[in-house]
This record gives sequence, structure tokens and C-alpha cells, in this order.
Amino acid sequence: MPEAILHVYRGDASGGKLQEYRVPLEEGMVVLDAIHHIQGHQAPDLAVRWNCKAAKCGSCSAEVNGKPKLLCKTRMDALPPGEPIVVQPMKTFPIVKDLVTDVKWNYEVNKKIAPFTPKQNAEWRWKQEDIDRVQEFRKCIECFLCQDVCHVLRSHARTDAFAGPRFLVRVAGLEMHPMDARNRSKFLKQDAGIGFCNITKCCTEVCPEEITITDNAIIPLKERVVDDHYDPVRKLFRLVTGKKES
Amino acid sequence: MTDRFESHDLDVLVIGAGGAGLRAAIEASAQGARVGVVMKSLLGKAHTVMAEGGVAAALAHVDPSDSWRVHFKDTMLGGKMLNNWRMAQLHAQEAPDRVRELEHWGAVFDRTQDGRILQRNFGGHSSPRLAHVGDRTGLEMIRTLQDYGVHQGLEAFMECTVTKLLTLDRRVVGAFAYWRETGRFVTFRAKAVVIATGGIGKAYKITSNSWEYTGDGHALALEAGAELIDMEFFQFHPTGMVWPPGVMGLLVTEAVRGEGGLLRNAKGERFMERYDPKRMELSTRDMVARAIYTEVKEGRGSPHGGAFLDISHKPPEVVKKKLPSMYHQFMEFANIDITKGPMEVGPTGHYVMGGVRVDADTGAATVPGLFAAGEASGGMHGANRLGGNSLSDLLVFGRRAGAGAAAYAAKAPAHVALDSAQVAAAERALLTPFERSSGPDPYAIHRKLQDTMQSLVGIFRNEDDLERGIEAVRRLKAEARTVRVEGSRAFNPGWHLAHDLENMLRISEAVARCALQRKESRGAHARLDYPNLDPEFGKVNSVVTQDGEELRVSQSPLPRMPDELRSLFEPEPAGAKT
Repeated sequence: MPEAILHVYRGDASGGKLQEYRVPLEEGMVVLDAIHHIQGHQAPDLAVRWNCKAAKCGSCSAEVNGKPKLLCKTRMDALPPGEPIVVQPMKTFPIVKDLVTDVKWNYEVNKKIAPFTPKQNAEWRWKQEDIDRVQEFRKCIECFLCQDVCHVLRSHARTDAFAGPRFLVRVAGLEMHPMDARNRSKFLKQDAGIGFCNITKCCTEVCPEEITITDNAIIPLKERVVDDHYDPVRKLFRLVTGKKES
Repeated sequence: MTDRFESHDLDVLVIGAGGAGLRAAIEASAQGARVGVVMKSLLGKAHTVMAEGGVAAALAHVDPSDSWRVHFKDTMLGGKMLNNWRMAQLHAQEAPDRVRELEHWGAVFDRTQDGRILQRNFGGHSSPRLAHVGDRTGLEMIRTLQDYGVHQGLEAFMECTVTKLLTLDRRVVGAFAYWRETGRFVTFRAKAVVIATGGIGKAYKITSNSWEYTGDGHALALEAGAELIDMEFFQFHPTGMVWPPGVMGLLVTEAVRGEGGLLRNAKGERFMERYDPKRMELSTRDMVARAIYTEVKEGRGSPHGGAFLDISHKPPEVVKKKLPSMYHQFMEFANIDITKGPMEVGPTGHYVMGGVRVDADTGAATVPGLFAAGEASGGMHGANRLGGNSLSDLLVFGRRAGAGAAAYAAKAPAHVALDSAQVAAAERALLTPFERSSGPDPYAIHRKLQDTMQSLVGIFRNEDDLERGIEAVRRLKAEARTVRVEGSRAFNPGWHLAHDLENMLRISEAVARCALQRKESRGAHARLDYPNLDPEFGKVNSVVTQDGEELRVSQSPLPRMPDELRSLFEPEPAGAKT
């Protein structure tokens, strides 16, 4: 039976190294299958997160040959044949063990976003085309691969100042919801640090759900922030209407 | 002695953060309780996220004649009248409000032409009834509950596994757990505990379930003295992927058939004509699963041992809009474009109808202080669950169990000192496998269990197989008591499995023993040696209790349905359709 060679990162916060494993290659196999084979036959304590094995839960995020990927969605036959497959944890987040990283920061950021706030006394009817865009954003499976690849977080470690693409997508889903009554533009500017994004579109490229993160979510939000904060007509409008900001 | 561990005091401890657990936690918080939710994975990754087709609720947006009574009737007939009638009634009555409430919390369902929540057809539902978001309804639901819930004051304990419920005078007063990341132990003192741990599918080889589905809540409840009911009823979803091998069992949503997908065998016949000519592809899951299994067994299967499921007669843009994740799943995993040709599908272990016996109105189990909701509870779905009735079940009974637990906690005595002997025993049980110098590997035992359950306690059963299955599980139980774990306590999946395996083994034995004593075929439980419904068995639930280390199986009479509801089934005699 043909074999695949994997170099899997084994280690924790104190250090580690790539370890070589060989697994039998099956038709249609994905990298997560290989990792499970290693767990089940060679290294029972190899740490990896996974749940659905169908690219629906976003648990098995890691880096395959240096690229942010869902392990369950990365087919072995799509990788260069005969070469070792390098599997490492996401670089942006602190390592816990092996392929598992500490992603709690993301949950803290999410809590800071003002929740969906429905309009009062409105009729809950809208057309499908009014929500197609919002539904695109709500496809997000929170794999955090966009956070992993974003250079603001990955290279500059600005978790203190920038919410990252995942949460800009979440805010976009709220802001464009036909029934939401809030304005999160101040939050976007001050807390989420939307200005840090310089539109390199790396997040869009790695999104396993194919959400057009930069063009459909971030750029319209940037425009909104500019309008709200720098457009004198808008400013006057806000003063007159008293629309609440958060 | 419990001071040695991190400890938390809560009014209500919810175990599990899928739809039922989150809905329970939200409700208990709303009632003023201090609530913690413990989960084995990260928040938002629970099994609910994988639900695809929709949430069943008689909103009557597409078919104005739909009503809770019709939904109730469909549910009871689908469950072969073994359902707890009161649960089926509450479910049908309250599901529409729960769905609308979800919308008010930010869920964005697909729309009808006139701008309301769209509903689709599903097997066994006599009207288009499933509110949905393409084929990712579960994701929409869990994200809505998660994002709403974190602002309601509930505390999330992520990647934390409860291994024992702690009791005082047969009352549940807390729980013992470990953090998966560090392996450190933690105790909870809680006035009420809600079990919302989902199902048991990982005991089977071919399953749509994730690693989390190891019957934890079922086992915790049994050990704490609670009763389980109807554990013989394990649903095989008719359509799982059969190829390639790595994705065998992965769910193919029933929405494919709901949107008009056709089932054919290798000869090109729409074989459902022979099994359920009236409902065809939209028959109930038990029927369709057995039909596909039979076609394959009789030599009319597809190349990889399944049936063909075809939606390619619909316009490609409709398929991609209504079934986007199915389109991607087949494209990426099997190189098949479902807008151009058929999928290959076969039965996959999916859902357990049996579970913790609960009071329909409050979710209270048969042990004080313990509550259960969702897949971990029993009764709602009888002998066979209709598609779409799970997501609605989670919302309706998650809310009720949360309210029940909060009300109980408000009147319960103050927190008590945890029994140090129970805590020490829980600690020993987890540490012993590290101390053995030799012993079997938990993964090897797990594979043997999955082979056993798949081949001996599967879709079709008989006495001989079941007896052999019980023997095999008991041998594996003994083997598991000698298991050895390598490595440290820090995020060690082998160690985690060693414990989860004990739960799976206990619950597998319960399934097999309930299956052995039910000498009839009903819903998901099909006996080759007793192929017909037996009216006497139609009057009883199977009941499992634990006595020391032994399981006991008995029967108890079904609660009697009031005449007002009974009349809905006339003149057609109850349970007459098979």
C-alpha cells in the first residue's frame, strides 16, 4: 500500500519539533484522516481539535505546508506527491500542545460586540435578496484561519488593537441585518481597529467558506466609518436625528 | 479534601453547549439563576452545528392548513406511537414560538416570496414545515444562541469534561470534571444539573457523529441513579456518504430529498415504490434506511455499496442556493458535481431516540436535582425521529429544562460540602490508566466496540446477534478496565478516549439489552426474528437502571394519551402503519 510521510509538530509552550510519521495512503484521504491514523496507531497523545470532519464546525484549523487550512478539507492528493507533508499549529495563537492553540482571545473579542438589537414595532418581513449578503457573512464557521493569516495579528501581534477579519465579518452581518437598530461605527473605529486593515485580502483567500471578507464586509464597513466620522453632513444628521451610537 | 481542586459554585450547571444546553442556560439565566455551561469542545462547535435541513415548526407560512395538531400527529405516527404524548404535544405547540424567538435574537432564515420564514418538505411531515437556512440551519441556530447567550451572563467552561455527578442522599449536588487543556481537575457545586450532552453515535463504526458523541450524559445519569428509556431505538439516517473511505458516514442532508431528490438503485429503479409507494423518497428515516440497506444486500447497490441519490434534474443554481454545503462536500471530498450527476449514499448511525427519562413539562429526571434535554433525553421521538424535529426539540425542551432547573435551584437547600469519597473515587478512576505499565490501547478497544455494534446491534437485529453483541461488549468492558494511557495529562486525546470509552461501553450494553428484550419491530428497531409490530410492546417503554455495576432492563407502561388527542388518530387505528 502506498505511504504518505508527515512531519507533524510535537511540542508545547516550552518548545518542540517536527516529528516524522508514515501512514498508509487511502483514496480520497484528507490530512485529518492521516492525523487520526497516527493517533490511533502510533501516538495516542497527539493533540488535535476536530469535530464534524465535514468543514462545518471549524475546529481542525492548522497549517499544512505553511498554509492555513482546515485539516478535514485538505486532500492528500492535492499536495505534492512524494514530498513530506508538514503539519503545524496556527502561528498567530499561543500553542497549547502539538496542533492545538489557545484561541480564547477570539471569544473575548466577540463578547465586546454589541448584540443584535431589533427595531421596535417593525414588521418582521423582508425579501430574500435583502438578506443574501447577511447570510454570506453568517456562513462563518469560526475556524479563525482568517485571524491566523492576517498580518496585523500574525506578524505584528496587534491583538490589543485589532479585532481581526472574523469579527469585522460578524459586525458586518449585524450592521447589514434589515432589522438591526444599532450603529457600531464607533466600535469599529476605536475598539475593533478597522483602520489597521490595509486590504491585502489574505483573509478572503484562506476562508474555507469562501466568504468575500474584504470586498463584501470590510470595505463597506470602512466606508461607513469614514461617512459617520468624517462626513459633516452625516454628523449634522446624527445630531438632528439622535440615532444612537455604540 | 475538595480544596485541592479549583471549585465553582453555581445555581445551575449545564453539561453540553449544543442547542439544548445553550437554550437551557439562556432560560435559567433569564430566571435569575447563576449558570455555568461546561462543554468538551470550544463554544459553537457542538453537534448542533452539523444539523443541516431545518427546524420543524407549524408556522403555516407555506401551507396555511398546517397546525400544531397536524405536527403532533405526524410526530406520533413517525415515532410509531411510542412517544411521550405530552412531550410531542408541547413540542408541536411551542416550536413556532421558539423559532420566531430565534429570529428576534438575530437568526436569518430563508424567506418566502411574501417575506416570511420559508419552510421546506421533509420525510414524514405532511406539510412543508422546516424553517431553514440553505443546508446549514444548525450553524445558524448555534451561532444565534451563542451570540445571544454570552450577553445573558452565563459562564462558559470550554474544553472541560464532566466525568462524574456528585450526589448527597441520592440528590445531585455537583460534578467532577477535568480541563482538557491541562488535565487539571475541577469540581462544581450546583443546586441543579442539566444534562444536554447529545448522543451515542461514536459507538458505531459508520456514523455522522463527532468524537464528542460518547453517551456521556446517559452514563452520568445512570450512575447517579436516574432511569433511561427506549435505548434500543437508535436512528440510522438513510443518507450518509459511502465513498471515499475517509468520509464514510458523513451526513447527506434529508433536504436533498426535501428539495426533490430521487433515490434509485443500480438498475435505475425508484425502489421506494416497493417500500412506501405513497410517500416515496419522503418516507420516514427508518423506512428509507432499511430500503437502501435491503437494495444493497440483494445486489442492487451502487458501486461503493449504497444507493444513488439524484438532484441533478433541478437547475444548478437552485441546487447551489438550497444545498450549498452538499454541493461543496461532494465536490471536494468525492470529486462529484451533484448538479450534474447522482451521489452515492447509504445508512449512517445518526441519532439516539432513547435517553434520560424526564418529566415532559420541566425536564426533571427521576433523580432530584437532575434535568435533561435534547438528544440526551428520551421519550419525545418514540421509536423513530422525524427529520427537523431535533432542532425544534432542542429549543422547546432546552428552554423547559432550563426553567425547570432554575425553579428547582431557587427552592433547593444551600450548597453542601461535596462527598470527599466520591471525589477521590472520580480522581482515582482518571489517574489509574497512567499508572499501568502495560495494558491495551483505548483506540484499539474503541475500534472493536464500533465493529461489534455495527455488525451485531445494527439496522437489522436478531436474538443470536444481540446475545453475541452483549457478550462482546461485556468482554470489552473488562478489557477497558486494564487500559493503559501514554503521555502526560496535558491535552491528551488517548486519555480523553479512555474515559469516554467507559461511557460508550456502558451505553452500548444498554442499547443491546433493550434491543434483546423488545421482541418486535417498531420504528428504528427492526428484528428479523420478530418482523412485525406487537401491540403489547406498543404499550410499554423499555427502562434501564444501574444496580452497582450491573444494568437492569425492565418495562413500564406508556403514559395514557387524553381522549382529546387520541381522537386525532381516528378512524385510523393507532400505529397501524408500519
